[in-house]
Amino acid sequence: MHPVRRKRLIVIVFILAGAAVTATLVLSALEENINLFYPPEQVAGGEAPVGKRIRVGGMVLEGSVQRASDSLEVGFVLTDRRGSDVGVRYSGILPDLFREGQGILVTGELDQAGVFQADEVLAKHDENYMPPELIQADIR
Amino acid sequence: MKQRLKELWHQLGSPRWFYQISGRWPVWLLALGLILIAAGWVWGLAYAPPDYQQGNSFRIMYVHVPASMLAQSCYILLGVAGAVLLIWRMKLADMVVAVAAPIGVGFVALSLVTGVLWGKPTWLQASDRWWVWDARTTSMLVLLFLYFGIIALRQAIARPESAGRACAVLAVVGLINIPIIKYSVDWWLTLHQPASFTLTEKPAMPAEMWLPLLVSALGFYVFFAGAMTVALRTEILRREQRTQWVRDLAGVLTR
Repeated sequence: MHPVRRKRLIVIVFILAGAAVTATLVLSALEENINLFYPPEQVAGGEAPVGKRIRVGGMVLEGSVQRASDSLEVGFVLTDRRGSDVGVRYSGILPDLFREGQGILVTGELDQAGVFQADEVLAKHDENYMPPELIQADIR
Repeated sequence: MKQRLKELWHQLGSPRWFYQISGRWPVWLLALGLILIAAGWVWGLAYAPPDYQQGNSFRIMYVHVPASMLAQSCYILLGVAGAVLLIWRMKLADMVVAVAAPIGVGFVALSLVTGVLWGKPTWLQASDRWWVWDARTTSMLVLLFLYFGIIALRQAIARPESAGRACAVLAVVGLINIPIIKYSVDWWLTLHQPASFTLTEKPAMPAEMWLPLLVSALGFYVFFAGAMTVALRTEILRREQRTQWVRDLAGVLTR
């Protein structure tokens, strides 16, 4: 390679490396803020602020969903399946994808008793796609 | 082989050479691309099975995933062409940066719009909002603004040579965003699901679902190559309009 071009190449590599280091530092400093939600572990561990609008995400614990018979009130537990759980209360319509074992994101406030008062429920879906017949065959 | 590659590299330094060899490329590339896209979409939208959870709404993936792939691949092309321009001062590389940016905008826009349309009935069905600022959606929006920035920068600088170099530097620096988009779903907690396809593991869906996606994605790449060739040929003529070969081509008589 021609020396002038080699020099330019080195300059570009340095620019890229500098940009990469800057981006890494900025992003790692902002890490907590880039995470969209608190996992149950942080909420149970007292790391999530009380009385502030936050998001919590986890899996709906099987058998934990309790619906009121006369209102849209619903209670359920979000779990990380590693021993940390958060109780959630919500009043409103749930998304179609809401079901036991499903990944769910709730927006709202954590009250003094450690119960999450949600006013919005978002459904997460995973990266797996499957025709319905195959799932039924799996269950059988 | 090495000698041939070296020769090809030198020939790429001549926009005229590229113009002359690429005359019939657009027809074939655009036609083949459109056929593949049509086949992938009909297959995916009408014949692939529905998803057990999302039903039919997952089918927008046959547009969303290829559009997102192209949005990023086109940016990588922009960054590489920018580096080639800065190192070798190759005219054709500058033209690639100039014409690929608006095409890339189209793919990011398609990716974002289909993403919103997919997210609304799945993630946000019980919510008023249409958009969530997670790491994936935000980094993709940053990609759109990077494209806008590169287009605007070229307009803002009067001297074409300086404009080209400034755009090239921005394109190269912006490459940092590509791994951020790719790994955003692994590095941070996001609403967007992780990748269904990796190099090391088998796809997270059966072949009857991913085959149409593969066909559609191939079609997007071929169509992109065709669109790039058309745009590049136009750009070559525009920039070389004062040269003898273009005048001869246009039948313009010179005194």
